[in-house]
Amino acid sequence: MSWLWLIAAIALGTYLFRLIGPLAGARWQPGTALAELSEIAPVVLLVSVALVATLSGEESRGVSIDAARIAGVAVGAGLAWRGQTMVMIVVGAAATAALLRLCGA
Amino acid sequence: MRSSYDSSVATVGAVLWRQVAPICLAYALVGISFGAITVSAGIPGWVAPAMSAAVFAGSAQFAAIGIVMGGGGLVAAILAGLVINARMLAYGIAVADATGRHRWHRFFGAHLITDVNTALVLGVSDPCRRRRLFWGAGGLIFVCWNMAVLAGVMLGDHLGDVHALGLDAVLPTILLALVADALHGARVRAAVGAGALASLVGLAVLPPGWPVLASLLGCVVLVWPCRRPGWQGQP
Repeated sequence: MSWLWLIAAIALGTYLFRLIGPLAGARWQPGTALAELSEIAPVVLLVSVALVATLSGEESRGVSIDAARIAGVAVGAGLAWRGQTMVMIVVGAAATAALLRLCGA
Repeated sequence: MRSSYDSSVATVGAVLWRQVAPICLAYALVGISFGAITVSAGIPGWVAPAMSAAVFAGSAQFAAIGIVMGGGGLVAAILAGLVINARMLAYGIAVADATGRHRWHRFFGAHLITDVNTALVLGVSDPCRRRRLFWGAGGLIFVCWNMAVLAGVMLGDHLGDVHALGLDAVLPTILLALVADALHGARVRAAVGAGALASLVGLAVLPPGWPVLASLLGCVVLVWPCRRPGWQGQP
């Protein structure tokens, strides 16, 4: 039963977070400053999600330095910078981390 | 930073095939591991698929299950899941128009908001293209994610060590690659840089989910006025 509560509570809250923008956007036009903020805030969040995912591990808090993961992200970001396709970026990041782990990093 | 083919003029179908399909493959592997982990931990088989369809946000799902299995309790797991997903509020405001013009499109489209389709839509200005990219990418990811979690539940213990595949390096890389085109202009870069710094500090001291929200403090730099009149920092 507690699994049902867990799913229902997170699902409902998440859906409400997601719904506020699409519902409000239908009738609300932000001013210039707020429009800029609403464009930049997702970029700031997305970079932060990537950064936090790179630097945190299984532990609930604190920085976790996993050399293989960090190297994989660095190689993938480099490939993106060089204008490579998404397939190359994904394979490059995974292969780098996997090979380093195979070598015991 | 430009992709080898210009994604701003490629057809929506080409973007979905060349950019979103590889992403779906990576997410599918993560979904399989999510399903397998829950079954291996002794959680009933319906939990992972139900959660994936209803919550549809990988990091919150992993965190909530992890906290329950670690003995952290139901309330802590729910709170962590909600804090991790609070960023969807900002995504929803940014992609509101892309969910559609009809009321029902907005109700259904809202559930498809993810990091990936938000990042894809960010730099696109044509309203029709925004809608098609949002629904195309969101729909593909939704189908792949849920089928993969179901497959993971069925595979269960028979799955090898997914960690060895390096998928944990792939997910952050995908987001960085998608958001790269949006990193133009001094104001965006200043906000992203300050936000990253706030997240790093938050990572050391805050519970899960909060370091990402802390990055929004970086937007404070936007109160600095633009240097030239009429200059918005956007190309």
